[in-house]
Parts: sequence; structure tokens; C-alpha cells
Amino acid sequence: MKSLQLFSGLFTALLCALVFHIEAQSPKAKYGSFALTNATIETVTKGTIKNGTVIISNGKITSVGENVSVPQGVETIDCKGLFIYPGMIDGGTHIGMSEIGSDPRTQDFNEIGELVPQMKALTAVNPNAVAIPITRISGVTTALASPAGGLFPGTAALINLHGYTPDQMFAGFEGVVMNFPHEGRRGFFDRRADDEIKKATETALKKLDEVWERAVQYYQVDSATKGKSAGYYPEMQALLPAVSGNSSLLIEANSAKDIRAALKWIKDKKIKKPVLTGVAEGWRVADEIAKAKIPVVTGGVLELPAHDYDRYDQAYTNAGLLFKAGVKVAIRSNETGNQNYRNLPYHAGFAAAYGMGREEALKAITITPAEIFGVADKLGSIEVGKNATLFICTGDPFETKTQIKQVFIDGWQIPMVSRQTQLYDEFLKREPGVSKK
Amino acid sequence: MKKILSIYIASCCALTGVAQDRGNLLIKNGTVLTVTQGTLTETDVLVKDGKIAQIAKNISAPQGTKIIDAKGLFVMPGIIDPHSHIAIDGINEMTSPVTAEVAEGDVINPLQMSIYRALAGGVTAVHAMHGSANAIGGQCETLKLRYGTFDNDAMKMEGAPRTIKFALGENPTRVHGGGSQIVPRTRMGVEFVIRKSFSDAQKYMNDWDAYNKNKLTKGFHGQPPVYNLRMETLAEILKGNIIIHCHSYRADEIFMLMKVCKDFGIKRLVFQHANEGFKVAPEIASFGAMASVFSDWWAYKFEVYYSTAYNAAILTRNGVITSVNSDDAEMMRHLYHEAGKTQKYGGLSDEEALSLITINPAKQLGIDSRTGSLEKGKDADIAIFKNHPLSIYGVPQYTIVDGIVRFDREHDPADMRLLVDPKQNLDDIIPSEKGIDRCMDGTEFLFGLSSEMNTAEKETQLDKK
Repeated sequence: MKSLQLFSGLFTALLCALVFHIEAQSPKAKYGSFALTNATIETVTKGTIKNGTVIISNGKITSVGENVSVPQGVETIDCKGLFIYPGMIDGGTHIGMSEIGSDPRTQDFNEIGELVPQMKALTAVNPNAVAIPITRISGVTTALASPAGGLFPGTAALINLHGYTPDQMFAGFEGVVMNFPHEGRRGFFDRRADDEIKKATETALKKLDEVWERAVQYYQVDSATKGKSAGYYPEMQALLPAVSGNSSLLIEANSAKDIRAALKWIKDKKIKKPVLTGVAEGWRVADEIAKAKIPVVTGGVLELPAHDYDRYDQAYTNAGLLFKAGVKVAIRSNETGNQNYRNLPYHAGFAAAYGMGREEALKAITITPAEIFGVADKLGSIEVGKNATLFICTGDPFETKTQIKQVFIDGWQIPMVSRQTQLYDEFLKREPGVSKK
Repeated sequence: MKKILSIYIASCCALTGVAQDRGNLLIKNGTVLTVTQGTLTETDVLVKDGKIAQIAKNISAPQGTKIIDAKGLFVMPGIIDPHSHIAIDGINEMTSPVTAEVAEGDVINPLQMSIYRALAGGVTAVHAMHGSANAIGGQCETLKLRYGTFDNDAMKMEGAPRTIKFALGENPTRVHGGGSQIVPRTRMGVEFVIRKSFSDAQKYMNDWDAYNKNKLTKGFHGQPPVYNLRMETLAEILKGNIIIHCHSYRADEIFMLMKVCKDFGIKRLVFQHANEGFKVAPEIASFGAMASVFSDWWAYKFEVYYSTAYNAAILTRNGVITSVNSDDAEMMRHLYHEAGKTQKYGGLSDEEALSLITINPAKQLGIDSRTGSLEKGKDADIAIFKNHPLSIYGVPQYTIVDGIVRFDREHDPADMRLLVDPKQNLDDIIPSEKGIDRCMDGTEFLFGLSSEMNTAEKETQLDKK
């Protein structure tokens, strides 16, 4: 009898050890074929499919629709009562390039120099940054990792928020970032005289023109000699895709005056693929942006108005006003201070509530940024042939009540854990409690 | 120009007129979210002299009473932000690790635009706090957002308990140990500064008690102790007349302050930020302290690196009275949305989530008998939303303080300036920066920084030091 007890005790201990062993492993992403059945599918580009199925195979979406037969050997995930959306795309972050805001040693997005477009964001992205799982389990699957700083602070890269090397994460777009010279006082503290400001602006614009003239010359020499005799000018080489139009030039401008000046500059220099970013006061010059047919990545939306005399909700309404004027507009979170890129759907949600409407706001964080970054053949909607980058959730992803149940990135089933969920699991019912017994 | 001036003058006249008033109002047929007594559909709220007189169906009001048709709208208690730095002209008196003698009540600025913007987010009261540069900072002030008054004192919530700011961790150690090269430079130093201050205050109280007792005895020739405002304030903390609101992040420092307070018999204690409060939630609950947290801010400095957005839910489930605060003039405008995030992170119910920005902050400020829920007899501080306030589509329509409509979305003039510089260049923009606490405002010069720098610039400068 006693030996039986001992045996069962040992057995229990063994079982516990076994279970503990399994739990102690970190969950891993899984690649395979999946059938997501019985779901409401928000395709974004082709309407809503009720009670539909999405088949994922070899990283791609291979079938979408109501009457889709599930092939054999495919893992079925019953999504009854649930929704499927394409992964959300944040067009303005420092994700992977910053770990702790106040510690400069953990920040890799701001290199020294005014003209350093050869600084590549993709180089500095840390695939193991704590913010990455935190962001992706909220359905933000793709983000533009962007440098910041001077006139040409570097080249941004669009990345998928899954992978162990930058190569695995790269989502198919790189673009030179430019901070358009700001005209005017930087704030109430700026004590410069008006003519000093004017002079400073002229100098900055002149400098920009000089840089661009050199870049165009370099491009001409480079094209004429097929890249052989242009010499080693890394900053000029980095500007080539922006000059040639092989890739977009991302031009950050926020005040109405700066946006206008940027529009004029783009026209004068015949910039081939310009994108305006920031565009906080876009609503003041929305018609001009629309007329120039330049796409915009605006945000954050959850911001204060630019001026005391602006309506209190001006930042909330900006994206909607741009859209209504006919501008192609994507929304970014720009939550760089605390890396809350997971709040992207809430930025879009506020834009939706303040005039843009839900449908357009959803496009502004899915298909529109995919189009602006030239990756709409792979991302931004639930369509056959696109990457299986999507998520399953309990409702409207703009609502804070909605739970994101499962995320797929490039066909990988992502473990729905982050350090923040792990802390929740550990501390909701802490053991031991107040007394250590 | 003339137009601006006339609007300015007109608004001055219009607004000063209502500054001290208490209003009468009938809100008809709304969905009333009382927070403490459930949700009532198609219900009226009657306001008399700035107080809630009745909550019932089909109330008829005396003739001439202003009526708000709230059919299809949601009526909730005015939001209370338990951690703000708006409506004050000074945040950090950082000249000493202990500055209990200074008070935000002396530097109220009723003209800040941020007050109106907060109203537009359904906020009716804020806790205007001293900064976190000092282990024991200055006294804070609970304000009602009576935007339109020019009278500093009219902003104060009359009768609200006194509160004081304490601060632990990186901020006081950076400012004093790092910047001024005096104690505290470590978390050990912070504890010592607080213990020494309380001990000094105890001696001060004992000296006065002894003097007061002895001065009536025949033949007593002793001198009274030297009056000291700092010690007077600290003594009031020891007596339980001032609530401590302590800036804190890490679990160990939260635990430390509870031990210190226990040793000095202090019971009224609220932890502000408390990003790691969740790690010592059982201890906070058993002490009877409270916590006021961010919904999801993290990673802006090392001491918030191990945060979780589930903090509010864990604290709530462990029995800690918890609130959600902003510490930021922008986030203050959507605290209802911040509270809603606790439904994503931890699945709080509607009532629990709304409590985080109404009755719970009211308890933390000691004003819950007056505000924080819709109940008969309470102050008529009310926010009315189109769509449920916890929905992303919730949009504040009216904000009412003491029965006076201070914000009306339909009639929101584009220009609510009370102070305007006509020479201001209209096209300048100052980009805001999200996710940085404002508690260190005014200390930048210590580090060779300017308050105009953004974080990256500041940190680059700091790195050079």
C-alpha cells in the first residue's frame, strides 16, 4: 500500500516535471497550411465575406470565399463568431531601432550628420526588440522602421514584425527619408528676429538644392557610365533610388507653410515618387496636396492641435479632411516615445470617429500604406496570392474591447505572447501572495 | 485683427460672467451611466444650483430651465484626471530634495488652452500636481475645470483635501544626486531623505506640543519653536490631513514607501504611475494604499521597461483601488479611451473600466462624497457622449461643471483663445512628443539641457556629461 502511495507520488512528481518542462519552453512560431473557417472576412479591397474561409499555404493566401473546400492535411482553425482582417501597417516608427527612450545607448535611429541617407534602418533593426512581439500580437504586423535627425537622416525600411534577421523581416520597401527644411519659429522660446528666420530658411533651402543638384549629377554620371565611373560617394549613391524614381522619397513636412514649400520643391525638381509624411497641418492645404497627386502618410492622430487657436479636434480630423479633399492618405502612429505602435488601430479609430469613417480609416492602415510603399501585391488586403499576413479577432479592431486571437505573418502562426502578457500571467495571482507560505 | 480682438473681448465678458455660477439644467432621456448604481436607460438628470437634484424617468423641470436632449446619448460622471500638470505655471521647485512648503495652489493659471481641451475630452476635474524632481515635492491642488474664469482661486475645488507630491527612483536621484551632487543619488538615499524628514517633523510636532502644554504653566519662560512651513506641512501628513501622492515606478520602491509610512503611522497613500505596482499588488491592497496608472505607457526610461499594459487590471483584481491618469495634456483628452484599454488588457467590465476615471480617482483625491458618480446630491459634473464612452466611436458632446455647460461640441467656436498674441506667426508648429512623462519639466537646465529640446537631443546632451 505504502509502496503504491510512493509510486503514485513519484509518478505525480514525474508528471509535474514533464509538464513544467513543456511549459518552460518559449512558444515558437509555426509554418504550415491552415484553414480559417466560418469567419467574417474583412478583405478591405473586396468587401466583407460572411461565414467565409481563408486557406493559408506556403506563406500565401491560396483561397478566400464562402464556398471554399478545405484541402486534406490542413490544420483547421474554427473562427465561428470571429473576424479576419489583413495585418495593419504602421508607416512611421522606430521599431527595433530603440529599446529604452532615455538611454541613448539603446537608440539607433539618429545618426550624426545632415546628409547621411546611406544610413540604413534595416541595418539597425534588432529583430529581438521587446517591442516587436508587443506590437504584432495587437495585429500590427508590418511597420516602417524609420531614421530621424537631419536633412537626409537615412533610408527607412518596411519590415514584417517576425523573423530573426533583418533579411527575414524585410517587407520589400526601402525609401530615403528627408526632413523638409522648416520655415519659421520653432516655438515661443525661439527669439530670432524675423529676418534671421527668413535668412536661415533660405540658407537651408539653398543647401537642399545644392545637395539635390549633386544627386542629379551623380545620377546622370552613374547612368551614363552604368555605375562604373561615378566614384565612391556613399551619400549620393544612397540618393540614387530617390532621384531615379526607383523608390519613393519620404518627405517629412508638418506646418502648412512647410507643406506648401515642399510641394513647390517637388514640382520644381520634378521628384519622381514623392510621399509626404507627417502633414499635421495638411487640412489647411489639402486641396493643393490633392491637386499635386502626392500620397500622404499622416499622424499620429492622437495629438494636440498645432496651435492654441485651432479647433481642439484638429489633429483627429486631419486625416479625414485630407481624404475628403481627394488625397491618398495613410495613417501612422508615430508613437516613438514609448514604442506604443500597438495603438495604430486607435489612431485610425479616432480618425474614423472624427469624420473619416470606419471603412476609409481601415484602408489607411492596410491597403493604402501597402500601395504607397509599393507592396500592395503582397500586403494590405485579404486576397488570393497575397502574403498570409493577417489576424483573427473578436470584433472591430478599432475598439478596445476587441481581442486579437491569432496573428499570421507571411504564413507563420505567431505565438500570442509578449513580455507584457507573460507578466500578466505571472502576476495576476502572484504566488506567493503577501505571506511566503 | 479687429475681429480677433472683438472675439477676445466678447469672450472675456461672456466667460467671466459665469465664472462662479452654479447652474440649473435638465438632461432628458439619456442612457445614464451612474458608475456606482448601474446603468439607467431613457432617464433624466435634473440639476439644481450645480448639484444633482434628481435622477429618474420623466422629470419635469421648472419653466425656463435649460434642457439638453440626450436621447441616444450617454450621460456619465465628469472624468477626473488624478495626475495632471495643466492650469499651473510652475511644476518643479527643484532646489531641494524636500520642498513640502511650496504649493501649486499659488500658481494656478486659469487661462491655459489645455483646460478647454480637457473639457472637450469630458474631463471636469484634475489633480494639478507638483513635479517629481524631489523626494518630497510640493503640495498639489485639486481643480475643477471652470474654464472662463480669470480668478485663480475659482479654479480650486473648494473643500477638497490637501495632497502632496512625493517621488521615488530615477527622477529625484538624477536631479539631486546626479545634477546637484547631494543626497539622494540612489534609492537608498531617497528612503533616507523621506525618513529623516518625517523624523524631523515628529520632533517639530513634539516641540510644539511640549511648548503649548508648558506655556500655560506658571513661571514658564521658554521660547516657542521657530515656525517652519516645511515642517508644518510634513506634520499635517503625519496627522493624516494630507494625502501623499507618490510618483513611483519600481515594485521595490513602492514597497519601501509603504514600510516607511507604516513606521510613521501614515495611512493615506496613493502611488502615481506605479508601473510595477502589479508586482506588489497584494501588498498595496493589504496596506490600503491606492494606485493611479498609465493605461499602456512604457519603455520611455529604464524604470518602466518591465511594464505591462495589464497593470490596471492586475491591481483591480487584487483589490487595489486603481485609477487611470494622463500626466499629459494630450492624453488627458481621451482618458475614456485609455480606460477602455483595460478591457483589451485584462477584460475589465464597463463599470470597472469607467470607475478608473471617475469614482476611483475621486476616492484617491478624497472627493468621492462630492463627485465621481451620478448620484443625487453630488456635484453636477457630467460628460455627455455620442456613442458609449468606452467605444472608439465615443465622442464627447457636452461637458458640464457645477451644472454649467463648459463645452458644447455643436457650438464649439474654432477660436477659444483667452490670451492671444496677435503677432504670433500663425504657421509655426511645435511637434509634440508622445510617451514622455512631464514630471521633470523645469529641471532641464541642471543637465545643460533646454526644455525645448526633444528627448533624443536631451539624451544626446546627457550622454556627453
